[in-house]
Amino acid sequence: MGYFITVEKLDRVLKALSESYEIYGPKLFVRGGRFTDTDMIRYDKVASWEEMEWSKRSDYSFKEVLLPLRQTLFYFTEDRVKEADPERTKGALIFLRSCDLHAVKRLDAMYLRNGEADYYYSRLRKKVRFVLVGCQSAGESCFCVDMKTNVSEEYDIGLNIREGKLEVDCKWEEASALFDQNCSSKTEVAVDHVTETRTRVKIPENLSSAIAKASMWEEYSRRCIGCGRCNFVCPTCTCFTMQDMYFDENGKTGQRRRVAASCMVDGYTDVAGGGAYRRKKGDRMRFKVMHKVYDFKQREGFHMCVGCGRCDDICPEYISFSHVINRLEEGMKEVCGDE
Amino acid sequence: MNKVTNAYVPFCSEIKEVIRHTDIEYTFRMEYHGQVRPGQFFEVSMPKYGEAPISVSGIGEDTVDLTIRRVGKVTNEVFENYVGDHLFMRGPYGNGFEVEKLGGHELVIIAGGTGVSPVRGVINYFGEHSEKRDALTIITGFKSEKDILFKEDFKRWRDQMNVILTLDSGEETEEHKVGLVTKFIPELEVKDLDTAVAVVVGPPPMMRFSIMGLLDRGFKEENIWVSQERKMCCGLGKCGHCRIGDQYVCLDGPVFRYIQSKDMMD
Repeated sequence: MGYFITVEKLDRVLKALSESYEIYGPKLFVRGGRFTDTDMIRYDKVASWEEMEWSKRSDYSFKEVLLPLRQTLFYFTEDRVKEADPERTKGALIFLRSCDLHAVKRLDAMYLRNGEADYYYSRLRKKVRFVLVGCQSAGESCFCVDMKTNVSEEYDIGLNIREGKLEVDCKWEEASALFDQNCSSKTEVAVDHVTETRTRVKIPENLSSAIAKASMWEEYSRRCIGCGRCNFVCPTCTCFTMQDMYFDENGKTGQRRRVAASCMVDGYTDVAGGGAYRRKKGDRMRFKVMHKVYDFKQREGFHMCVGCGRCDDICPEYISFSHVINRLEEGMKEVCGDE
Repeated sequence: MNKVTNAYVPFCSEIKEVIRHTDIEYTFRMEYHGQVRPGQFFEVSMPKYGEAPISVSGIGEDTVDLTIRRVGKVTNEVFENYVGDHLFMRGPYGNGFEVEKLGGHELVIIAGGTGVSPVRGVINYFGEHSEKRDALTIITGFKSEKDILFKEDFKRWRDQMNVILTLDSGEETEEHKVGLVTKFIPELEVKDLDTAVAVVVGPPPMMRFSIMGLLDRGFKEENIWVSQERKMCCGLGKCGHCRIGDQYVCLDGPVFRYIQSKDMMD
């Protein structure tokens, strides 16, 4: 059912829902950017619509709500282990764009299906509801249309931003009653989506692991500094590294936690005795790119990359991920000939 | 959502016995009740130092053997613990070797250094069940005499199969030869190259050159098996570190057919 609703009334709905749900949305952190005098938009708890920033795509995604950057798994003493309490006991209501809603499907594939379901992810994934915020135009670096993530149907609440008011499509019963009480009027609502983007990508049909031999990767060995920002802003990057922190000097008590990891950063493949794979940054770039637009699909049937373009914007070396994708065709020609 | 169990919490296992092979390599016989296959591995943890994947080098009644080399910061700490003490571990993980798939034909097992651990159970099995295979040859390589692992096993294995024990350096004796494992591949006696099976486990360069040698000798790609080793933080298909292409070494491996693993690009 669709509704027109004012911002003030939407806040009332949010207030009512906040009894059982933490509300998360993109928030502007003034001077919170990575360079002097720059701002940052990232996800945080919010209480009202006005706290959220929709004029630009958030620099970081919603994923930390489900995959905290640091997550304590358990506490240990000499011979005992105590599981850590969940970071959140309420449900979560997450406001996001279509590309990010598609990313949820990728996180679920990784954490609920690749092998057995992950305990800690499952715990935070329970009782999560999604509010899809429609896009009227695409950002400069967005390429969702080519990644087929521009349209989303699997939302609980859909929302369009209109002059002085909001349009809402509610598929979620618990919230419908609240919208019935607070709406200005009822209407049919289709959530806005873009149908074209300025940035375009084309993934070659003959793409295969043979691309590893292409010369294009050498350039990234020179340009990439292995900082891993592309992984941390990516809504679909899910890797972590285990860390033990200890509370006493002899190391008998402490905690084990997992922290977000990056396949671009040194140490990702280090094994005991000094061995490592993909020492060159170019090889890491190939490993990452191929996961996003090839390897993941081989396993799951759909691409990992959702085309949000965040990695393009965050790279301090101005390496464009969409540009790398578009070079793959040339790379395949180089390694396979023209056939 | 169904009830999900917490696979990250390790269980406490008593160290039943410690077998010292060399100055830096010990086998820890750990209490374990459950099914396990050679080639599978456990995540062994020492709070404060973290976890490391260690492959099963032997399977007993209510025990598993973990042969640990003192090379990383996790494994150093393990060496400070002895019989009666305990380690935290979780597993077993990975597919391991399925002896049914390796049996029935001539079998060659090539292993280098601690690479003997994951195949030790396979060697034992086919040593004891000669009816399950044709001729069996093992080529095992170690750096020098003091690096030889499982010395007691070799005495038994020599009666059960054709054993080539070689050292990278030193003097040749009745017990062992000198040279890399690859030196002995061309002279392997094989009756039927179409069906002969080979298993290769060891450090990456040793595996690469051994496979080249086997292919030159005429072995079929689909009859060669390898076991891979990668950094792993979970063993559960989540942390991402062990992924190669679309394969997860912890879930889909660590044992692969060479025909599959040859296209896996790190």
